Amino acid sequence: MIPEASLLAAHDLRKTYGSTPALDGASFSVHPGEVVAVMGPSGSGKSTLLHCLAGIITPDSGTITYAGRELSAMPDAERSALRRSDFGFVFQFGQLVPELTCLENVALPLRLDGVKRKAAERTAREWMERLEVDGLGAQRPGEVSGGQGQRVAVARALAGSPKVIFADEPTGALDSLNGERVMELLTQAARTTNAAVVLVTHEARVAAYSDRDVTVRDGRARDLEHSA
Amino acid sequence: MNLLDEKRPAPPSHPSPSARTTTALRDLGLGIRFAAAGGREGWTRTLLTAIGVGLGVTLLLLASSIPHMLDARSARSAARSVSDTSGIQPPASGTTVLRLDTSSDYRGQEIDGYLMRAEGANPVLPPGVGRFPAPGEMVVSPALRELLDSPDGELLRERLPYEITGTIDDAGLRAPNDLLYYAGSDTLTRDQGARRVSDYGRAGKSEPLQPVLVVLLVMVCVVLLIPVGIFIATAVRFGGDRRDRRLAALRLVGVDIRSTRRIAAGEALFGSLLGLLAGAGFFLIARQFADLVEIRGIMAFPGDLVPAPWLAALVVVAVPLTAVLVTLGAMRSVVIEPLGVVRRGRERGRRLWWRLPVPLLGLGVLGLTGRVTETEPVEPYPIALGAVLVLVGLALLLPWLVEACVNRLRGGPVPWQLATRRLQLDSGAASRAVSGVTVAVAGAIALQMLFAATSADFERATGLDTSKAQFEASSVNITGENAAAAVAKLRATSGVEAVTGSVTVDASRPGDYGSDDVRPSTTLTIGTCDTLRELARIGACADGDTFVAHPTDQESAKWVDKTARKGGSVQVGETSGTAPLLWTLPADSPTVQVRPDELGGEHEGIMATPGAMGTVTVRGATFQALIRVDETVPDVAEYVRNTAARLDPGMELFAWEEIEQDRQYADIRTGLMVGATLVLLVIAASMLVSQLEQLRERRRLLSALAAFGTRRATLGWSVLWQTAVPVTLGLTVAVAGGLGLGWTLTWMISKSVADWWVFWPMLGAGGTLIMLVTLVSLPPLWRLMRQDGLRTE
Amino acid sequence: MSIAHTLLGLLESGPRHGYDLKRTFDEKFGQDRPLHYGQVYSTMSRLLKNGLVQVDGVESEGGPERKRYAITDAGITDVSQWLAQPEKPEPYLQSTLYTKVVLALLTDRSAAGLLDTQRSAHLRMMRILTDRKRQGDLADQLICDHALFHLEADLRWLELTAARLDQLAKVVAP
Repeated sequence: MIPEASLLAAHDLRKTYGSTPALDGASFSVHPGEVVAVMGPSGSGKSTLLHCLAGIITPDSGTITYAGRELSAMPDAERSALRRSDFGFVFQFGQLVPELTCLENVALPLRLDGVKRKAAERTAREWMERLEVDGLGAQRPGEVSGGQGQRVAVARALAGSPKVIFADEPTGALDSLNGERVMELLTQAARTTNAAVVLVTHEARVAAYSDRDVTVRDGRARDLEHSA
Repeated sequence: MNLLDEKRPAPPSHPSPSARTTTALRDLGLGIRFAAAGGREGWTRTLLTAIGVGLGVTLLLLASSIPHMLDARSARSAARSVSDTSGIQPPASGTTVLRLDTSSDYRGQEIDGYLMRAEGANPVLPPGVGRFPAPGEMVVSPALRELLDSPDGELLRERLPYEITGTIDDAGLRAPNDLLYYAGSDTLTRDQGARRVSDYGRAGKSEPLQPVLVVLLVMVCVVLLIPVGIFIATAVRFGGDRRDRRLAALRLVGVDIRSTRRIAAGEALFGSLLGLLAGAGFFLIARQFADLVEIRGIMAFPGDLVPAPWLAALVVVAVPLTAVLVTLGAMRSVVIEPLGVVRRGRERGRRLWWRLPVPLLGLGVLGLTGRVTETEPVEPYPIALGAVLVLVGLALLLPWLVEACVNRLRGGPVPWQLATRRLQLDSGAASRAVSGVTVAVAGAIALQMLFAATSADFERATGLDTSKAQFEASSVNITGENAAAAVAKLRATSGVEAVTGSVTVDASRPGDYGSDDVRPSTTLTIGTCDTLRELARIGACADGDTFVAHPTDQESAKWVDKTARKGGSVQVGETSGTAPLLWTLPADSPTVQVRPDELGGEHEGIMATPGAMGTVTVRGATFQALIRVDETVPDVAEYVRNTAARLDPGMELFAWEEIEQDRQYADIRTGLMVGATLVLLVIAASMLVSQLEQLRERRRLLSALAAFGTRRATLGWSVLWQTAVPVTLGLTVAVAGGLGLGWTLTWMISKSVADWWVFWPMLGAGGTLIMLVTLVSLPPLWRLMRQDGLRTE
Repeated sequence: MSIAHTLLGLLESGPRHGYDLKRTFDEKFGQDRPLHYGQVYSTMSRLLKNGLVQVDGVESEGGPERKRYAITDAGITDVSQWLAQPEKPEPYLQSTLYTKVVLALLTDRSAAGLLDTQRSAHLRMMRILTDRKRQGDLADQLICDHALFHLEADLRWLELTAARLDQLAKVVAP
């Protein structure tokens, strides 16, 4: 069932919160360098799918394989370590540490992974340049605009050279111009570094930046290209 | 824009003053309604504030009850004491009583006790006693009865061989934990040291507090109450962010900025009023348990805990006023817009210029007051004012210092970076809490230094060498004949290593001496030949012999001879009495050299065997003994006291090893320790609440950080640093300030600093506080780090 | 919009007269533009010629001669193919798509599947436009954006319709 050569794949995931099923037999796969949009109506379970794929939560049943390793069987510490080293994250809002400067925020995942401060901040500066926010290094997140903040967040997700970037409604709080710019920079950077992107969105124009889309409905993921 | 709004003089319609008042009242009422009926969230906030304020109010009410408690204590104490004009004693009558003070110590506790003999049919009764104890019986306080009944009191029972026949009522006790007994006797005489008592409660007015004590009391109150005030101010801010968001929603429907302030004030008012009620409730409950709780030896009857009316009134007015002012102050840094809340960043740092003068002024006041010698009267108020200014000044300096230090911190590991950056962004809450710690700790250090200086002073003055002897006993009932037996009995007590004892009386040269001349005097030691041989190199000796004992020092020997004129008369006992007792020193008395006793002391002067005194009754002769014990024997002090009580219940026993303290000093010190403990707990609570509130506010961020794979330990350490950095800074300021203030105060009362290390326990307490706050914050932190916070729906 | 496919689809539920077909069509889809009878007649004769329908019988009760048409197996296949085939994503598709959805509901085919397929086709188109936009100059970008916004509007309509399929089924085929 799991496609060959996929970097991250999930098969028949089930997850229930209380008595509400969030995932009900969802399957998914993504290849290196591929941008996959996960779409679906609110409450369909797309965020739950993303959280499962990223190892933030564990599914009740089903398997998740990352680079040949069984993610769903790893203990929490190992999954956390994997998230530090191999994954990057962009959320809709509230992800930047308000008291750290933008530069320190971008350097944070590297530093969490044990990189020395100087080296981490050098890498962070490069990524901020690539995302066109290099002037904001000393500012705090509260002092920059939403679009700039989101670019800082993308720079942070990319700074650790992740193999997979998880983006949950990354443009949800932005206007279309800013949103598209962020998507443009995110997908471009991901393609040049051959990173896979799992992009949760309900906006078609954002999803249009993907190579492929998967629709989640009632806790099931449908990969239309593959089934068609 | 908001600034413009604020400055706009008045709305164009110019409402009449009464209409404005109505609006203001309506806004206040609206705030109260929000606080009272704001749904579950509103209630939680109001309840938290009420409990916080209530706890503070409870402490304030307890503090305001202290004057009444002390008054009640000293009133009862005065009611059971007797007239202390020692010279003149009332004539015997049907109601008089002979009373001997038989108080002693038991395992560090003071046991007050009296042996009493009725001289007539209707003896006066001490307060709280219903029936005069018959010979061999005693009435005891409930606490003493409990002690005697417990296994702990076994040794004490030996000392008090009387049958318990009654209990002393509360009216006769200073506090519930008073250990007191009155025992009956039918053999007691005035010669045994008993005093005739005709009635009780004649102590007159209790001594006014010494000025130095006034200074100390004022400082203790400041040290304890400033942190409580800070705690109340913190409690009023609980849940402020949610309130701001709600006010923003009100702005959207057209409420102006001034009204939002009034609404917030209304909410704070309601919360603090509830807090007052809660505080009154907590106080009434707490006071019921007053006689069950003993904090470091202090205990009170519930009935004694009555707040002083003017202090209570002050609390009732000041607490809501503080609540409103604090709320309005807190809202100054927040702009409530219809579309949300904007936290106005601190554009400029805290300023030093108005903070620094306060402690400097305090030091100036202290400096101008200058040194006080023990003989001159002390003006307490400048000292108190200076000390208070210094302490308040430290509390004011701290926020500036925290900000200044924290802004210089750069880099470091991730947890450190997170914590310092957090503090850089908003160090207000931390500094507020830490200001409390600083005042408490600095004050406690300064006061402890004062106590240490005063008690060390006492030890130096006595010049007692506790390596030679640990106890000194004295009795007026042991005569020359049985001194040796008494010494033997003491020597036989388990744990006793050496005893020297003798019966002595003052001896002086008769005659008239002007006020400028010094009457020659020495000591007359009365004892059996065996006893005297211990003290001097005496050869042949029989009962009836007398000797003159010369010390090794020639000057002193000449001084002895001025009184001890062989064949001349010597005045024995008190010189001031109406009929001095004259006794002739036999001309054939040999001069001998003293022999240092077992403990290295020299007993010079005239020595006489009992037979030499003939039929003369020597008044004022006392048996004195020095006792050395093996301090490793458990309860050795109690064995010695038991033996002493058997020899003579009226025997006085001083323990040299124990630091003698003025009773009043001890009370203040006790109060300080109790208070400091409570204050640290209160501060820990307020730091904890703001810490938890901050964590809850950032649940999304915490979840996002957890998603990145942030280790729990990383955030745990950052929480630790966030508490540890300001507390450490505060403690540093507190130790420096406290030592400085302590040194200044010690210098002012002309003492020298005895102990520079008094701050160690305070540092320990500070460390405990940091750990406590961190440990309690960890479980909620970890719970918040779970994925739930990421779910937007 | 293909009238032939629509008429064929209507015949799936049973043989009908030409006039009957016109009335049903007008009722369900022709609010704005009712069919002319001539249109029905010519369409039917084309379908007859292609073997997609056959004449079931002829009636002439006191009037002109009326043919009753029935769908053939080839006709059913043709309808299925048409429904399964997504429309080329372009503006103003709603009427065709709406017809398709209603027909699918009437003939018990999967309307949701139809919508999903269409969504995919739209997204594919949007992806192509997005790609072109990324490589093109400002003029390209503006032109592509125009198309993208229209396609997005269609997509939203598709999503909304998908969410209301149950409601629609009750109205269309009670």
